[in-house]
Amino acid sequence: MAPILELRNVSKTYSRGLISRASTTALDNLSLTLDASTPTIMTVAGESGSGKTTLAMLLLGFLEPSSGQIFYYGKDITKLDASDRTSFRRDVQAVFQDPFAVFNPFYPVDHLLTVPIQKFKLANTAAKTRSLMEEALNGVGLRAEDVLGRFPHQLSGGQRQRINVARALLLKPKVIVADEPVSMVDASLRATILESLRKLNREFGISILYITHDLTTAFHVANSIIVLYRGQVMEAGDIDTVIKNPQHPYTRLLIDSIPWPDLSRKWGDSEIKAREAEAGELLTGCKFYGRCPFAMEKCKQPPPLFRLSEHQAASCYIHDQHERISTDKLTELLPT
Amino acid sequence: MKLPTRAHVVLNNPQFLMTPVLQVNNLQVTYYTEGGRVRALDGVNLELDSGEKMGLVGESGSGKSTMALAMMRMIKSPGRIDGGRVVVDGVDITALSENDMREARLSRISYIPQGAMNSINPVLRIGAQMKDAMQAHAKHFSSTEIQHRIDEALVSVDLRPTVARMYPHELSGGMKQRVCIAIGILLKPKVIIADEPTSALDVVTQRQVMQTLDTVQAQLGCAIILIGHDMGLMAQFVDKVAVMYTGRLMELSPVSEMFAKPLHPYAQALINSLPDLKKRGVFHGIPGLAPALLRLPPGCSFHPRCPIAQDSCKQIVPAFEEKLPGRFVACHFVEKA
Repeated sequence: MAPILELRNVSKTYSRGLISRASTTALDNLSLTLDASTPTIMTVAGESGSGKTTLAMLLLGFLEPSSGQIFYYGKDITKLDASDRTSFRRDVQAVFQDPFAVFNPFYPVDHLLTVPIQKFKLANTAAKTRSLMEEALNGVGLRAEDVLGRFPHQLSGGQRQRINVARALLLKPKVIVADEPVSMVDASLRATILESLRKLNREFGISILYITHDLTTAFHVANSIIVLYRGQVMEAGDIDTVIKNPQHPYTRLLIDSIPWPDLSRKWGDSEIKAREAEAGELLTGCKFYGRCPFAMEKCKQPPPLFRLSEHQAASCYIHDQHERISTDKLTELLPT
Repeated sequence: MKLPTRAHVVLNNPQFLMTPVLQVNNLQVTYYTEGGRVRALDGVNLELDSGEKMGLVGESGSGKSTMALAMMRMIKSPGRIDGGRVVVDGVDITALSENDMREARLSRISYIPQGAMNSINPVLRIGAQMKDAMQAHAKHFSSTEIQHRIDEALVSVDLRPTVARMYPHELSGGMKQRVCIAIGILLKPKVIIADEPTSALDVVTQRQVMQTLDTVQAQLGCAIILIGHDMGLMAQFVDKVAVMYTGRLMELSPVSEMFAKPLHPYAQALINSLPDLKKRGVFHGIPGLAPALLRLPPGCSFHPRCPIAQDSCKQIVPAFEEKLPGRFVACHFVEKA
């Protein structure tokens, strides 16, 4: 059977207005497959402007790719008919960053759960609706009597974010795209939300695309990782290997900058070269050129992915003794 | 600056000149809401020497930001400072007149609010806004001095002086945050309060901003209070950590001891909830929720979530005392050394 979601050479460019020719490539030639038969948690990491959210918007069908195609069970998602579109909307769910903005403050939080039940006609009686809601809330570790009937401002950020996860769970999706789901939640509550995401993956067989800039939480929940920088894949592979033994200079910088809650592991002395926005960017070639401490003449040509091991590849010429791997085969690198 | 009499007494008394740069004594802040009185700060005591960096951590609603606002005397109605003193560099700022307080802000104690980078006026050049800040809080500078200070402040946060002629939209998030730090140090304050200065930034930019704050602090020799909930950031940056819960301090300890052996059960739970590289996939959240300040439980406010709570915790509020040298804890079950 065709995979549930497949990106084939997808690029997204934003142009700056009607007259200006200048444009920004937010995502550059990405190919990726998510298979429903092997549920996984995949992290997409990178700093602001790396194209993480653009990828989420493309997968959710909110944006159309500028080139390349996205397939849902083998069908182009921009050309789905009405019934396929409904099932796509149901199978691919989102959890967004801001647990405050998604609620309408005039309705009790039940509204967020009852609307999808009505839209997708999941229940025909009030009792059935109630039991579906309770079941979904239990799935994320909340008790219905604690939250139902309350207004958003009466709940904590962590509770609200778990209701969002419950809403996604309610529809029994195949894929959840979680765009920075814990970045606005207190550090002490992050653990509970990540735990419920992992439970969805294990118990309900849901694949999760975890989009974040926080590599510590990614390390704890995910199986695989793709590191993006200005729309290009810098490094990809097994999360354990990539975090413990990063090979691309950008991944090293990212991991070196994590504020580890560990006094023996202070921020490295490695100077951060060039300030963001002041660093020049090459039109062709490696996007990280301006900030890279190892930048060489040949980096002005776009570097291919070099496969370092079965589950690790980096797009950097310092590894050019290794075998090249086509960007179409990115999925092969990612363990499930 | 014309000082009020009480501050004169403090300044002229040599024993006070040896005191720490910041002293907070029994600070109380109450919000008078329709639902009743809310004690947002309940008798907070702390001291900070110059050159020291302190972290103030706690969940949302624990009173961290109220603490910062109270130290700046910026609590707005229906809130009010009900008692206690804040002494900065020998001057009790709770006793200053409004006018003197305005001059004390930015020159004695400055505040970098949460999301400060979004507070920059989008239609004014950076330099104009910095000049504004200087003129509002100190009137005696000539325009050459102002220009000199602006350039100096921008250079110390690692920005080029030409940034003064730019508009906010020309700068990245990290650069804007550094501009806010530059504004904060224009008048060389003795104490800087930074309220989650990096919460909206990614890790690399966060590290740059924190390192900037570090160099600035070394140059000025001032004390810094860093407010946040990221223990990782605290481990990287501060010398001591104060843990706050429902408007009360639970523990104040040097950072190394806080991480090695937290004493208060809440501090222990916070440290335990941190992700660890060695134990992949193990999570320890803190069970339960922080109580609403309007319906604070009697006794120790943490007792409903505390694993070692006894009957006495439900009745008696534990005192915030020095249990071990340099370590202050508010818990009945931490023995005094």
